[in-house]
Amino acid sequence: MMQQVFERAAAMPMDSTDRRIIEALQEGFPICEHPYAAAAGSLGITEAELLERLRRLLERGVLTRFGPLYNADRMGGANVLAAMAVPEADFERISQIVNRQTEVAHNYRREHRLNMWFVVAADTPDKVDAALRRIEAESGLPVYRFPKEREYFVDLRLKP
Amino acid sequence: MSSVELDAIDRRIILATQAGLPLAPQPYHAVAAQLGLVAEEVMARLRRMLALGVIRRIGAVPNHYALGYVANGMTVWDVDDAEVDALGERVGRLGFVSHCYRRPRCLPDWPYNLFTMVHGRNRHEVIAYAAEIGRILGASCRRHDILYSSRILKKTGLRIGA
Repeated sequence: MMQQVFERAAAMPMDSTDRRIIEALQEGFPICEHPYAAAAGSLGITEAELLERLRRLLERGVLTRFGPLYNADRMGGANVLAAMAVPEADFERISQIVNRQTEVAHNYRREHRLNMWFVVAADTPDKVDAALRRIEAESGLPVYRFPKEREYFVDLRLKP
Repeated sequence: MSSVELDAIDRRIILATQAGLPLAPQPYHAVAAQLGLVAEEVMARLRRMLALGVIRRIGAVPNHYALGYVANGMTVWDVDDAEVDALGERVGRLGFVSHCYRRPRCLPDWPYNLFTMVHGRNRHEVIAYAAEIGRILGASCRRHDILYSSRILKKTGLRIGA
């Protein structure tokens, strides 16, 4: 399902206003009484147009989220990158087991013997450990754990 | 990284906003109404969480593929332990690197301790970026690999439970 959303998103062109919205709103969004009106004003469009375009960008999957991006570490939680070597025939089943864990923030198929890579994050380290153990128990496969030891840089912005 | 004290009201605000802000002219008022709070309190708490790094930023998260970044490579490097922190800081400053972390090796299967994500419009771009990282790491790096993503299986972002 998720894959279909991304393929559809990739197939749909954006106009220059969409690109300006994405570029500007990756930088930040105000905390004030009428933040959409404030953001729309800097973009030279109306509040109603900004809301409508954001709604469509989210619906088409061009944006995966719009709102506060929380940092599990700063809540006293943990963030572990995990990997599995999943047999091809079992890929869909294992992918469902992994994806249904609330603590799995994202999951990618990668071209490697370790072909499934996902980030497990929560507001306490216990929840992260428990989710990893559930995945091992339900899949019957070992999960490699790569906890974050040091963060040198994170910036999720992309030039549209 | 030290953690920030959050109370029950902060947690309710996180639960109400982690999937996204309401697309309504007054989104913070909408969140406040839903939680039985006043908008001023919601805004003050969001500002505090933003200032303390509990919120990295408020804004839009694009799908890489939709923006034309179809080559997404996790580049991984086996870097000398004595050098990795200094080199990781330098690699993290490259404009094309979106994430740069030190993570433990998992020997013998996994010899890499430096993980950097790079996004390109094609694989040639990713390979050129990796070469630039390789030049910074120099002889401190024993080997490396690039793991391209071939499918997004999930991308919701962090979700804390109630």
